Amino acid sequence: MNPYASRKYVIGGIIILAGIIFLVRLFLIQVVESSYKSTAESNARRIEIQYPARGLIYDRKGEILVYNEAAYDLMVTPGQLQAFDTVDFCRILEIPRSEVIRKIEAARDYSTFKPSIFLRQISSITYAVLQEKLYKFPGFFVQPRTLRKYPGDIAAHALGFVGEVSEEDIEENPYYQMGDYIGVTGIELAYEEELRGNKGRKIYLVDVHNRIKGSYQGGRSDRKAEVGRNVVSTIDAGLQEYGEKLMTKFSGSIVAIEPATGEVLSLVTSPAYEPSLLVGRVRSENFRQLSADTLKPWFNRALMAFYAPGSTFKTVNGVIALQEGVITTASEYYCDLGFHMGGYSVACHMHPSPLDFRGAVQHSCNAYFNYVYRAILIDPKFESTAEAYMNWREHVLSFGFGHYLQSDFENELTGFVPDDQYYNNIYGEGHWNFLTVRSLSIGQGELGITPLQMANLAATLANHGFYYTPHVVKEIEGQDQIDARFLERHYTSVDSIHFAAVADGMEGAVNRSGGTSWRARIADITVCGKTGTAENPHGEDHSIFIAFAPKDKPRIAISVYVENGGFGNIWAAPIAGLMAEKYLTDTISRPYMEEYVLRGVRLDQQ
Amino acid sequence: MRRSINILNNTDWLTVGIYLVLVILGWINIYAAVFDEQHESILDLSQRYGKQLIWIIAAIVLAIAIFLIDTKFYSFFAYIIYALSILLLIGVLLLGEEIHGARSWFQIGSLNLQPSEFTKIATSLALAKYLSSYNLKIKSFQATAWILAIIFSPALLIAIQPDMGSSLVFIAFIIVAYREGFSDVILILGVIMAVLFFLALLLDKLIIFVVIIGLALLVYWMLSRSPKKTFIAAVLIVVPAGLLYLLSRLELIVINSYYIILLAVAVALPFYLIFAYRKRIWNIYLILLLVVGSAAFTFSVDYVFRNVLKEHQQHRVNILLGLESDPLGLGYNVNQSKIAIGSGGFAGKGFLQGTQTKFDFVPEQSTDFIFCTVGEEWGFIGTSIVIGLFLFLLIRLIKIAERQRSDFSRIYGYGVVSILFFHFAVNIGMTIGLLPVIGIPLPFFSYGGSSLWAFTILLFILVRLDATRMELLK
Repeated sequence: MNPYASRKYVIGGIIILAGIIFLVRLFLIQVVESSYKSTAESNARRIEIQYPARGLIYDRKGEILVYNEAAYDLMVTPGQLQAFDTVDFCRILEIPRSEVIRKIEAARDYSTFKPSIFLRQISSITYAVLQEKLYKFPGFFVQPRTLRKYPGDIAAHALGFVGEVSEEDIEENPYYQMGDYIGVTGIELAYEEELRGNKGRKIYLVDVHNRIKGSYQGGRSDRKAEVGRNVVSTIDAGLQEYGEKLMTKFSGSIVAIEPATGEVLSLVTSPAYEPSLLVGRVRSENFRQLSADTLKPWFNRALMAFYAPGSTFKTVNGVIALQEGVITTASEYYCDLGFHMGGYSVACHMHPSPLDFRGAVQHSCNAYFNYVYRAILIDPKFESTAEAYMNWREHVLSFGFGHYLQSDFENELTGFVPDDQYYNNIYGEGHWNFLTVRSLSIGQGELGITPLQMANLAATLANHGFYYTPHVVKEIEGQDQIDARFLERHYTSVDSIHFAAVADGMEGAVNRSGGTSWRARIADITVCGKTGTAENPHGEDHSIFIAFAPKDKPRIAISVYVENGGFGNIWAAPIAGLMAEKYLTDTISRPYMEEYVLRGVRLDQQ
Repeated sequence: MRRSINILNNTDWLTVGIYLVLVILGWINIYAAVFDEQHESILDLSQRYGKQLIWIIAAIVLAIAIFLIDTKFYSFFAYIIYALSILLLIGVLLLGEEIHGARSWFQIGSLNLQPSEFTKIATSLALAKYLSSYNLKIKSFQATAWILAIIFSPALLIAIQPDMGSSLVFIAFIIVAYREGFSDVILILGVIMAVLFFLALLLDKLIIFVVIIGLALLVYWMLSRSPKKTFIAAVLIVVPAGLLYLLSRLELIVINSYYIILLAVAVALPFYLIFAYRKRIWNIYLILLLVVGSAAFTFSVDYVFRNVLKEHQQHRVNILLGLESDPLGLGYNVNQSKIAIGSGGFAGKGFLQGTQTKFDFVPEQSTDFIFCTVGEEWGFIGTSIVIGLFLFLLIRLIKIAERQRSDFSRIYGYGVVSILFFHFAVNIGMTIGLLPVIGIPLPFFSYGGSSLWAFTILLFILVRLDATRMELLK
């Protein structure tokens, strides 16, 4: 017998042992551990997002304001990369090799198996060249996208812009994924859901080279993309463009509203920027430059700037006084080049005296409206000044001041109308009276009103006491009507009969000799207007004008603010007149006035 | 004395059956691994599965041919076959086609032949012939040298190609030698070397040296049973080491820490030797030899690893040892292979439903990584069955080897067992991440004519030898 025969057991033992080790190991990775399954799935599945075209935006006459242009994002899945010809790759894309490496590293940091954007918005020419050679660069693929295009390059602030979703957006709404676009401001933001449509998806089975091998589950999990809905805005492109042109030399804003509907005809804020600056690869550089601009082109003055309304506010105080019955339209007050009481004086300019209500509006008499406001606050119906003040404040709020108008501009602000507590905190309860707050009578002092609210005031005056919430979208494709809140009349707490006298006064201000607003006059159309001058502690006063026209059945209501423009009639009034004429007749009867505004140099400074 | 026997009646049909099952399972899995909707037919000859069918038919023809050859042929021509295969290996180095950076292939028309596959058979035969030679003293130095020469000459030639995987297979023949009484000291040394090899890569040399010295002292203490002598021995080495350490701390000399140990050993060594010589205690020599040998080995492994191994080989070893984690770099293959097998779950994804293998996430999915397809599509059930079949075959072959009447047949049988076992263990160990990626095929399963034919010949020579074992009268 072979002396070493027993060694067969050792050999057999080793073999059995190896088999057992393998079975244990296989049991662990196949049955116990589950992570391999999900890894395998993500390995072999490619979800291709089908991006719907974003809805177009038209102006009220059907002119296109925003459309889409095809662009291509080059995507990379780091896990599927293989060594490739970087020289060729860099030449096609015109980027340095170091950037390729950096971008791949960045993509790898995000995910090895999920694709991320390698280079965004490559041009269609580059795309054509790349497409030919894409097979040489495994791990890369091209994702078609669309870019926003602005044919007129106007209305940047009204239209808003789209940008990539932030992490908060993704957290808030799981619809969004890294790299998606979302409306950031303006119509793009307010109507994001309508405009964006719904992403579709196609799930493919892919091999290691990311070559498509077939559809997953026979396409049962695929979803078709829904195209974004088109939106018709209320903006009048011609008027908007004209307004932007008129404001070239100024900081400030123009807001024009159709009084019968609350539709915003133009929303000019100056300085602004061309919306096309924020599209494509130039975006980030332009974004940086715009942010650094000291004139703050980002700042949407029309919605966000708080100005004192100045003398335009006399119209509001006037109708409130009429409503409260503390004056009548026949009430006359003397003006001794101003208002003098209790050691205080408010100066006024040279005009006939005494004046009745209409005359006071026409001549914008400071003394008159000090008496009017005094009459409101010392109204014996109320026990205290504070009570009378709060009653007055209720009226003011009903004009849309001091709170959100609920427009479809997402970044509109409230403005500010102080309450009695505000004065109690400063002067102590019972220790303030009409004289303390007298500057409110002529729209100065603590009031903060936005240009949009001001235009809404013009519309309210035009409508004799009601307004529709200003809005910037007229129609949404596939939707019978816009949001119900825009179809509802908001009545002020002042009866409509009291507005006729104000309208008469405003007509006089523009059209009668001695009126404060003659620069707003236009041929054949009765413009009703009211100047204002907001005191500005930081420099020259702001030039303000509100107007509506024509007087009967007004079709346009306007507010104009020109920062540091001085008296209302200097800049704001002519701009409002030109805007109204442009909108109503599409001609300019006074080219010299247009030229004056475009030159932007005051006559007394020439 | 010989007698005639009906070959077919004495053929071990069980082995033949397992062989056929494995080959057919392999073919089906190759089909699944490279399945392509455009070439749906498993008989499509333009695809690997179609070609594999041709290789299978040819393999069966080969098996039948082997049955027609008289058994005496193998033992008679063993050395000549061996010599021819060595010549082929030299020939392939000079004339072979270079594929994937290795000069391993002869290209004959459209057929690629890998001589290294057939060398395994030749080496089995030669080893069987040598070990069965009359009156061989297997433990003699001469026999040991011959055995190692027979085994490692082809391994060396294959390593030059370079085809490390196929070269390493020859280590398996140590099992044959072991069965025939090869010195177990050499085997133990082999195991120590293997352990030291991995430790040398995993741990700092300094730590290994200290542990070796500590172990040596411990062994001496157990052998001498004298704490006093052990203490003196320890002092002899600790004092010079401590002194050197102190000097280096005082910055009087600049010296690497493990040179301190080496110098200390060098200082202590003469004292130990003199002591051993005087007392005539031979164990001390042995211990000293082991210490010095281990240190030298560790040092050389470190040196070889850093200076001789190519970078990709270093990486593979490092990944296996967990020193590097790079799932998308060099660990990619193993990682994807584990994902494929792991994703199969208990029952698998079903025939042709695997995505990881079919869509090329797993590399070499029809050759070296064919086991992934089994794992992914047939799950734990499938992998258990395949492992079960292999274990059954190997145990069966041991049984067949043991029942041979001629030493030559028995030893050859162990050669077959060793080769098949090594391939089985290393291939599957690799796909499930237990062993480094060594590119060797899974016997009977993997795609490829050369390997299938070589394994078929290897196995069927044994089946043929077994079928006529009764001819030999004892």
